[in-house]
Amino acid sequence: MSAETASGNVIRKYLPVYFVLLGIFLVEVFLAFRSFSTPLLVAMLLLLALCSAALGLMYFMHLAEERRSLFLSLIPVTIFVLLMMNMIWSDSVRLLQMRPPGQ
Amino acid sequence: MSESEVAVPGHGALLEESPYAIPSRKLTMWLFIISDAVTFGAFLFAYGYIRVATPSWQRPFESASVINVIVMTFALITSSLTMLGAVDASKAGDKAKATRFIYFTTVLGIVFAALHIREWFQLFGRGITISSGIFGQTFFTITGLHLLHVISGVIALFIVASMYSREKLTPGHVETTGLYWHFVDLVWMFVVPLVYLTNIAR
Repeated sequence: MSAETASGNVIRKYLPVYFVLLGIFLVEVFLAFRSFSTPLLVAMLLLLALCSAALGLMYFMHLAEERRSLFLSLIPVTIFVLLMMNMIWSDSVRLLQMRPPGQ
Repeated sequence: MSESEVAVPGHGALLEESPYAIPSRKLTMWLFIISDAVTFGAFLFAYGYIRVATPSWQRPFESASVINVIVMTFALITSSLTMLGAVDASKAGDKAKATRFIYFTTVLGIVFAALHIREWFQLFGRGITISSGIFGQTFFTITGLHLLHVISGVIALFIVASMYSREKLTPGHVETTGLYWHFVDLVWMFVVPLVYLTNIAR
């Protein structure tokens, strides 16, 4: 196989992922113009962003083709750290408002 | 005794295979990406909480801004695709094609940055700056951090393209730079919905 053919194939191979990413983005734009409550809109957009990120990570960054040990070393730890951060930030908002929770 | 220890007695550890089967350069980039993802995560979590907790949040984006963001996103996602082409061409040994793809990615990055800066200046013209309130502070901090990554990426891509074409860098360097560029694209997928799409004027 020539170099020319090889590098042409990879674009064709990842074209469906590219179109899915663009499609998800357009769905996000569509949802943003609908009248949802802010928390619901944020939740829906975050869910779609997570889908896009997973596609980018697995296919564009080739994590799906690497050893599973790399995935297991990087991704669960990152998710854990982000979730722990989620615990801390809610407290920081309470501090901004200078009042104890529930008041 | 392992095979490597038999080959060079006393230096077995130096010859041990990586548990991830990737070069150390690539592993280092992955670790950088993870730490950077956590940094962006902190900013976006903070933004998310403040956004939901603030009832009178500014919503400055008209449809012209949304069209601008659609073009910016299209440019960035397309640049990821051209970067894939660059990495693949470099692995296949097609130096000219890989360099062309990297330069094309660089141009798309510049288009993205230019549109981004134009958007900023439009907001400045309407009195929205980093010191004009909570919206300005969060918006310019998050998009500024992302823009800094894009500009760094554009500079890195330009250097890699010129050095790779002169055979001073290897396909491994192109791949590592590609990983960084895809990460910049990936972060934008969170910045757009949270920072732009939840703030459309009604």
